[in-house]
Amino acid sequence: MSTDHHEDRPQGLTRWLFTTNHKDIGTLYLWFSFTMAVVGGIMSLVIRSELWEPGLQIVEPGFFNQMTTLHGLIMVFGFVMPAFVGLANWQLPMMIGAPDMALPRMNNWSFWLLPPAATLLVLSLFAPGGAPGVGWTLYAPLSTRAGMGMDFVILSIHMLGISSILGSINIIATILNMRAPGMILMKMPMFVWSWLITAFLLLAAIPVLAGAVTMLLTDRHFGTSFFDAAGGGDPVLFQHIFWFFGHPEVYILVLPAFGVFSQIIPTFARKPLFGYTSMVFATATIAFLSFIVWAHHMYTVGMPMGGELFFMYATMLIAVPTGVKVFNWVSTMWQGSMTFETPMLWAIGGVFTFTMGGITGLMLSVTPADFQYHDTYFVVAHFHYTIIGGSVLAIFAAVYYWLPKWTGHMFSEPLGKTHFWLTLIGFNLTFFPQHFLGLAGMPRRIPDYALQFTGFNEVSTVGSFITIVAQLIFFYLVFKCIRGGKKATDQVWEDAEGLEWAVPSPAPYHTFATPPQVK
Amino acid sequence: MTTVSANQRTLRKLLFVAVLMFGFGYALVPLYDVFCQITGIRFDTQANQVNSTGTQSITVDKTRWITVEFTGNTMSGLPWEFYALKKKLRLHPGQTMVVNYFARNRAAEAITGQAVPSVTPPRASKYLKKAECFCFTKQVLAAGEGKEMAVQFMVDPALPKGIDTITLSYAFFNTDRVSANKYGGSAVSEPPKQHGSHRQVTENTNG
Repeated sequence: MSTDHHEDRPQGLTRWLFTTNHKDIGTLYLWFSFTMAVVGGIMSLVIRSELWEPGLQIVEPGFFNQMTTLHGLIMVFGFVMPAFVGLANWQLPMMIGAPDMALPRMNNWSFWLLPPAATLLVLSLFAPGGAPGVGWTLYAPLSTRAGMGMDFVILSIHMLGISSILGSINIIATILNMRAPGMILMKMPMFVWSWLITAFLLLAAIPVLAGAVTMLLTDRHFGTSFFDAAGGGDPVLFQHIFWFFGHPEVYILVLPAFGVFSQIIPTFARKPLFGYTSMVFATATIAFLSFIVWAHHMYTVGMPMGGELFFMYATMLIAVPTGVKVFNWVSTMWQGSMTFETPMLWAIGGVFTFTMGGITGLMLSVTPADFQYHDTYFVVAHFHYTIIGGSVLAIFAAVYYWLPKWTGHMFSEPLGKTHFWLTLIGFNLTFFPQHFLGLAGMPRRIPDYALQFTGFNEVSTVGSFITIVAQLIFFYLVFKCIRGGKKATDQVWEDAEGLEWAVPSPAPYHTFATPPQVK
Repeated sequence: MTTVSANQRTLRKLLFVAVLMFGFGYALVPLYDVFCQITGIRFDTQANQVNSTGTQSITVDKTRWITVEFTGNTMSGLPWEFYALKKKLRLHPGQTMVVNYFARNRAAEAITGQAVPSVTPPRASKYLKKAECFCFTKQVLAAGEGKEMAVQFMVDPALPKGIDTITLSYAFFNTDRVSANKYGGSAVSEPPKQHGSHRQVTENTNG
């Protein structure tokens, strides 16, 4: 496998276009995802600015809906998923002692599908009639009647889907076939385990989404009537197919985050992860349950009582393995010699805010209560607590944790901590009041609202600006860390364990050309 | 090089899984129909027909009053007026009633429409039996023509006890795709139109 071509790799643009190196591709994924985060973040500011006060101020209602749609799609498919795939590309081979990903050329292709897909998604804004204002869930029949922008979005989702499927196949093949001798499955780091399970979720869920948008496409242009009641179809069918993908998708977003927490917390608590085996099984249980709870997103479509009860109980059941994970993290910290370096702050913050999102999720799972919460800001608050509070805080935690290994320099702790506190405060200011707004009946996806909601909305808008501006610190810190700084040791963090800390900092272009022996 | 061929094998197996799951997405379509038939939540126009002779043999339950509400709307792409001439009525389970809807074609050409019924609450749908309905067939209206259309129905006395109000709603569709497009069925959406279609979606999920 290991041929020595360290020096003859192409330089400049072609290095990045043709690269098959997992570290290069990981870097590309991360830069791509953070670029998309900026685009999606700007859209969220448009949304929050419009909601600063009641009435229509800045944008037309149609454009407002386009912003919520694209913000959702970009953040899910353009930011969080590629960011975790980027982390997987960088870290998985180093954590299991492999020289590279299993299928390096396919790896290159799965990344390079993303920029055209994202371009198509953003270009839909300039299609006649603009981007579709149908929400990220693309519900029929609105989406079958939307303008040409919808076709842009459908094709973009196809490309993003192919990229994800290829990426997940690569990850599974790497983990199953490329582990260093002695690294049995039950010795794999938790981040590797959670990615293995996530990759299987992707493989099973994304093709179903591809099917759903293909049906939309044929309904729109090729005379089929999957979702058209006039032709014998049913719009509710779309919701079933979409959420059959959609619910595993939320665990696709959050399981790698659980993996990140499980790497960072033991390092800074200076104790091995509490309940490793139960962590593995809890993750697998969550993955399995995620496929049988989809209809809790659509309690109000008029399901029979038996269906509603089944989906309610199955959904509540997910709280059990999730609770196992949260208690394991807390137990890992219990009586540990904790220090609070930047990655640890992000990880603890992430566990805390994710748990809040989990509890509101439990509230939403109760069918009769959900009839009140459905399509209100309570739901918006809930999923931002899980996705920002869980996934995004974990992405930052992971970047801070491994950045010294990637660049060979320590970053500025004061800047990292400022970034953390501003993000945490801004994020909570933005989304905590939305719980109250939702309970009081403010509907989501509407650019205007009743007067009594003004106060909480103003707090929310201020919070969103603090959050977004705080991210400038992050970009400054990363640029500074790439250009220089205190030299990082190989282990980087005192008591950090794992194969990735055995290689020099910065990690050389090729690592583990000869596999290490794991005891 | 054994790892390479192992990777190729894994790749092939997993690609197969992906293709299989794509197929599963499509398999959900018939599965969904089967599921709806078993649970009776989809309002199947054919399944709820009863012939008039059958109606006679059912005894009227004089001890119960049921309110039936009538509503209807046209989907975009059908330039018709369409509404129920009676908004609601009270009847006993087992009693046969007739209610008229009115439709007028506002376009300058003949258009064929098909009404699709839906019943709220959904679990009442299999107890609302229609002996005759304009939704059983396609309706053709000449340019400017207006017409009264009847629904003859009864509520099955087996209707579960908790239900005392049933809403029968019709969505009228243009059956011809080309003609639907002509009247804005799937035209490029502009802000005011989007607002309109948003309202329809809400109504759809409620029905």
